[in-house]
Amino acid sequence: MRGKALAKGEALLKLEGISKYYGSFKANDQISLEIQPGEIHALLGENGAGKSTLVKMLYGSLQPDEGEIFWQGQHVHIGNPAAARELGVGMVFLHFSLFDALTVAENVALAMPPGKSVGQVGRELKEISASYGLPLDPNARIHDLSVGERQRVEIVRCLLQHPKLIIMDEPTSVLTPQEAEDLFVVLRRLSAEGKAILYISHKLAEVQALCQEATILRHGKVVGECVPADETPISLAKMMVGADIHEVSSRELQVATGEVLMQIRDLNLKGDGGFDTDLHNVSFLLHKGEISGIAGIAGNGQSELFDALSGERTTDKESIVIKGENVGHLGIQKRRKMGAMFISEERLGHAAVPEFSLSENVILTRHGLEDKLNNGPFLSRGTARKVKDAIVHMFDVRKGSDDPTAQSLSGGNLQKFVLGREVMADAEIIIVNQPTWGVDAGSAANIRQTLVDLAEKGAAVLVVSQDLDELFEIADSIATLNEGSLSAFVPTKSTDRQKVGLQMTHDVAGTTSHQTAH
Amino acid sequence: MTYLSPLIGLGLAVIAGSIMFTFLGKPPLAALYAYFIEPISELWSVHELLIKAAPLILMGAGLCVCYLSNNWNIGAEGQMVIGGMAGSILPVMFPEVVGPFLLPAMIIMGTLGGMAYAAIPALLKTKFKTNEILTSLMLVYIAQLFLDWTIRGPWRNPEGLNFPETRRFDAAARIPEMMPMDGRANWGFVIAIVVAIAIWVLMSRTMKGFQVKVIGASPRAARFAGFDDKKMVFFAFLIAGATAGLAGIIEVSGATGQMLPTISPGYGFTAIIVAFLGRLNPIGAIVAGLVLALTFLGGENAQVVLGVPDKAARVFQGLILFFVLACDTLILYKVRLAFGAAAPAKGGA
Repeated sequence: MRGKALAKGEALLKLEGISKYYGSFKANDQISLEIQPGEIHALLGENGAGKSTLVKMLYGSLQPDEGEIFWQGQHVHIGNPAAARELGVGMVFLHFSLFDALTVAENVALAMPPGKSVGQVGRELKEISASYGLPLDPNARIHDLSVGERQRVEIVRCLLQHPKLIIMDEPTSVLTPQEAEDLFVVLRRLSAEGKAILYISHKLAEVQALCQEATILRHGKVVGECVPADETPISLAKMMVGADIHEVSSRELQVATGEVLMQIRDLNLKGDGGFDTDLHNVSFLLHKGEISGIAGIAGNGQSELFDALSGERTTDKESIVIKGENVGHLGIQKRRKMGAMFISEERLGHAAVPEFSLSENVILTRHGLEDKLNNGPFLSRGTARKVKDAIVHMFDVRKGSDDPTAQSLSGGNLQKFVLGREVMADAEIIIVNQPTWGVDAGSAANIRQTLVDLAEKGAAVLVVSQDLDELFEIADSIATLNEGSLSAFVPTKSTDRQKVGLQMTHDVAGTTSHQTAH
Repeated sequence: MTYLSPLIGLGLAVIAGSIMFTFLGKPPLAALYAYFIEPISELWSVHELLIKAAPLILMGAGLCVCYLSNNWNIGAEGQMVIGGMAGSILPVMFPEVVGPFLLPAMIIMGTLGGMAYAAIPALLKTKFKTNEILTSLMLVYIAQLFLDWTIRGPWRNPEGLNFPETRRFDAAARIPEMMPMDGRANWGFVIAIVVAIAIWVLMSRTMKGFQVKVIGASPRAARFAGFDDKKMVFFAFLIAGATAGLAGIIEVSGATGQMLPTISPGYGFTAIIVAFLGRLNPIGAIVAGLVLALTFLGGENAQVVLGVPDKAARVFQGLILFFVLACDTLILYKVRLAFGAAAPAKGGA
């Protein structure tokens, strides 16, 4: 409650009645908010609640239609991100905005005002990173860095601009538990130095541990302000969603008891480009009625594994077996016909065509399957719209118009749509990569519940995720993917977050990657 | 806005064209009249317009499929030439063969010729990952020189007094004129309209058209959908090659009635403008084809009436393309001058 102790009028940032309209849709409706210097302030809300819109207005990439922004008591107009940086607003992005082929110092120099040499920036960077306990080598190339280190670059880049307010968008969603702890230490230290932090997250436990104040948004409005430590995760989630939020129903954990639906045998795959990871002798089994989880930090072969399992890249015939049949050489649509469904990590531009309507995106993966989506060579747009309506209804997809483009949906809603599209038909095998990446708590809970229900109904589910909490919540057994090698699956009951977290960063030589699971 | 931008582009091209004529020392209004009004003020010249529009519409519609699927075929000119040559094999080499089957056979051979020639850049792209922009363009020059050699050599008209032209086609090898009383326009124009509409149906109503658009919009999503992008390269090139080959044989057996080294005044390149001016929509290509046919005709007319060089017509066409593309870009994006934003790069590492 340090913030409240300060005299009125000393707020670092004060928003009064901020509104933003898109046509008749109110993305932000009369939002008022105060952030004191040195405060870690949480911004909570479901996807589509208006968090991103609000943050974009603070960072100057959007202009409010109504309302006023006060910075240190002064009425300000933030015309663009450069103006925001000048005021002292810095931002660390959820999706990294770094150039892979450039060095750390070059990336940082790109964001700095002109006039400084890369060498100079490098020295400053080294100084500041060391003083905050964020060690970085200015000459390292980005593609050689782990995800945690890349985030460090983003944070240091932000700190070099000497911000008074740092906006962080879901910073821990890519970190191991250990890395997240390190980050919290840095954030607490920044707060102690008087820098305010606006912390956007859907991980309620960490908001409770870290933040002194929280503002909760729902449907573009502020629905509550609270001190997170005084609340429970359930009560916070309730405020965000506006209804009771269900914990994923617990069920009897199954380990290697069901019939084998899919088998991976000594799968080897070369990385696609220069920065990709090769897969080495990956072997495991997927059993009926079980959820298998693969943990690991992004960039350790997850997308290569997904491509090979889905058939987007074909492999040796025998490497992948679905229901007793060798399918390594078959394409994705043939595997779908055998009852396997795939949900990719990237929603826009992979699982869905951004500029196509939802009904067209139904056709994208369901064509040629059991639905009557085509009439000979002709498309049945009417059927596609009916399927779209059914998905929207069953999975509670919220959208602005009847058949909007995929890119106009919020991340959570699009993910619900994509998941619904794949599992509407009784899928027997479900392969999903990062199911709740960038998805809000309400939608994430729905998505996890759907996966659990599917397993209950007898599907074999493989969840590849960086979110350990998620895996421990729903998976029956867990393995770790590290530099393209997969460890053996162990029952979730007999391991814990610390052990798996260590495995995620462990030297490859130490893992038992070459053993067949189970 | 997407339908407004070609109109704005056209308007700006006309303004820029007027300025160009002023600099050439010609009265701009008279020039515009000669370009855009005079050619359609008489029935016979409307017929000429339809003759010129037919190949532009055909190739413009075919190129839509290529460009929507991210296959940058700019060699329609060469595919048209080869199509025209393949279609001319029967009337030139076997002039004694006549009959009702002759014309259909010529049209089919012309179409196949264009497809075969378009298959070369497609093969090179899928097998060796060569850039189709370069290969399809270079193949244009090969086709043109091959045509030139053939007509000056083995195909030269024995009764042609050594002029570089083939023998004149028999009446059975000519596409009939629609209304011989009023002008020369032949049924080729109707074929062009029918083909453009067929391609529109293909693109907007069928699974194949859906594939084309997915592959163009998002290659990764196309792979996720199980669409084969290599097959699509062939599909797109073969469709465009077929329309170009058809355009070639329609030009030869309709408009000229013999093969000439100058069979196309650059229709294949102008068709690129047609495709873009028509919003990559085959129906739009019909309208755009007529507009650009008018610039060809207007160019010839202005040459006679005002004495401006014939290259002025090509400049006009270029202006249209640039302004339409510029309008598309400027309508969708905002230009902001940011001096010095890239300065840190100068620091050098």
